Amino acid sequence: MKNKLFEKYFVFSPYFWLVLFFFIPLAIIFKISISVSEWGMPPYQDIFLFDNGFKINTTFENYVYIFSDYYYIGSFVNSMILALISTFFCLLIGFPLAFYIATSNIRLRNILLVLVVIPFWSSFLLRVYAWKIILQNNGILNVILLNLGITSEPLQLLYNQYAVIMGIVYTYLPLMILPLYGYLNKFDLNLIEASKDLGLNRIKTFFKVILPLSIPGIVAGSLLVFIPVVGEFIIPEMLGGSDRLYYGKILWEEFFVNRNWPGASALAFSGIIILVLPIVIFQILYSRWSQKNEI
Amino acid sequence: MKSSLIKSTVIFLGLFFLYFPILVLIFYSFNENKRVMVWKGFSLRWYNELFNNEQIIEAFIISIKIAALSATFATILGVMIGYSLVRIRKIPFKSFYIFLSSTPLVLPELILGLSMLLFFISLNNVIGFPSSRGQLTIFISHVTFCIAFVAIIIQARLTDFNKNIEEAAMDLGYNYTKVLYKITLPIILPSIIAGWLLAFTISLDDLVVASFTTGPGANTLPIVVFSKVRLGLSPEVNALSAILMFALIIIGLFYFYFNKKFKH
Repeated sequence: MKNKLFEKYFVFSPYFWLVLFFFIPLAIIFKISISVSEWGMPPYQDIFLFDNGFKINTTFENYVYIFSDYYYIGSFVNSMILALISTFFCLLIGFPLAFYIATSNIRLRNILLVLVVIPFWSSFLLRVYAWKIILQNNGILNVILLNLGITSEPLQLLYNQYAVIMGIVYTYLPLMILPLYGYLNKFDLNLIEASKDLGLNRIKTFFKVILPLSIPGIVAGSLLVFIPVVGEFIIPEMLGGSDRLYYGKILWEEFFVNRNWPGASALAFSGIIILVLPIVIFQILYSRWSQKNEI
Repeated sequence: MKSSLIKSTVIFLGLFFLYFPILVLIFYSFNENKRVMVWKGFSLRWYNELFNNEQIIEAFIISIKIAALSATFATILGVMIGYSLVRIRKIPFKSFYIFLSSTPLVLPELILGLSMLLFFISLNNVIGFPSSRGQLTIFISHVTFCIAFVAIIIQARLTDFNKNIEEAAMDLGYNYTKVLYKITLPIILPSIIAGWLLAFTISLDDLVVASFTTGPGANTLPIVVFSKVRLGLSPEVNALSAILMFALIIIGLFYFYFNKKFKH
């Protein structure tokens, strides 16, 4: 009997916290996103009206509004493209690194892994700031380019989408390397030897043996980079210019500048549906599946 | 061999890419000149100014306080989730439980921040609390999104270790509570410490969620730093960066030490 009470306590304490402080806030976002907006404080009407009997007062206008205006759609598309490009470059840099770390001897492997992940522990904001210093007009990169004679006057490297991509690839790289390493580490190196013995050259070995076996790692790493980058706000704000608007920025402005709470909520809720929900469903199905197979 | 040369080059370039910006930041923190980019000579001037900057010191203390508290709460709740998911069979609406405990990991911070802010405003409209936002609301938000990180570490650890030890102790007459306190918790202690360190660092580093849920008297360190560097450079922030990077890297090393410990 005592066990039961104990188990209940363990299950329900965090349950209670997460329902109250995570689920209800998400529900409130949904509620406000289907509220009728108006001038005032708070800038929306209640969804339940009681003045002349009970009436439900909801609208999908906020969703229609954001999905019919290119300003919002375009920003979301920009963010998706930004996330795709950044994920691609993270993969391009991360894959060889993860592969070579995983194929090093065991002592070196652990040291290298810690070395790769440690920058991830240092402050995110300050790592972005570091790129602001590097890419300045009189920054270190321009000094090098000038001295090498590659350019005759300082290039404008900061405040454009390339600087944003640079900052993102830099800060999110460890998130790509870790899951990749996790899968490559389990990988039997003899397979590479075997494929060479069977006459496949390097390139064929890569495409026929190494790549197919690391697909789960590539998927996991890409998701870990792609999703947060779509919602990224700080990096475009610090390194980007006005050449491109992103989802994070317009969500921020819709709320704080335009004071359109229903609109901002509709944007946020659309983000949840498009980005997060597919992954959460996948995760729940996967954990159920792995549990079933265990039993 | 040719292939080992390629390998060393790739690893060297990768590490260079990861560490170069950090080294640049530390290098410029010793620059005497107020104009960050123009080197004038070695100096500790900005470290001195940093320690006399009350705004930054105050923000630092607030951040540490919030991070320590929210890491502690998140660790307690995260351990409970990790334990429940691995060891307790009957969880009502288990899929919902998994949804609640894993979604904060993938939800963009901006959406989380907005939802917390709107929640606190609505709560205030209904029950008159919290009348203003500040350290308490940041604390609650940080606990909420740190729980998931701790839970995942604990879950991994509990899945790893042999349930037979617990059952043996039970057969030898330990009751449920005693098994938990004498066997299970001591074995997963390194993971608990690792989880706390991770939660502490995430809270200390968070800018977006804190920006949404902050209020009067609750300017955390990232908020102050962001306001200083959003539009330009600041020599004091350079000095702060060098110190903070160093401290956080030490915390990171401890994390690896504790998280690795259980593997042997």
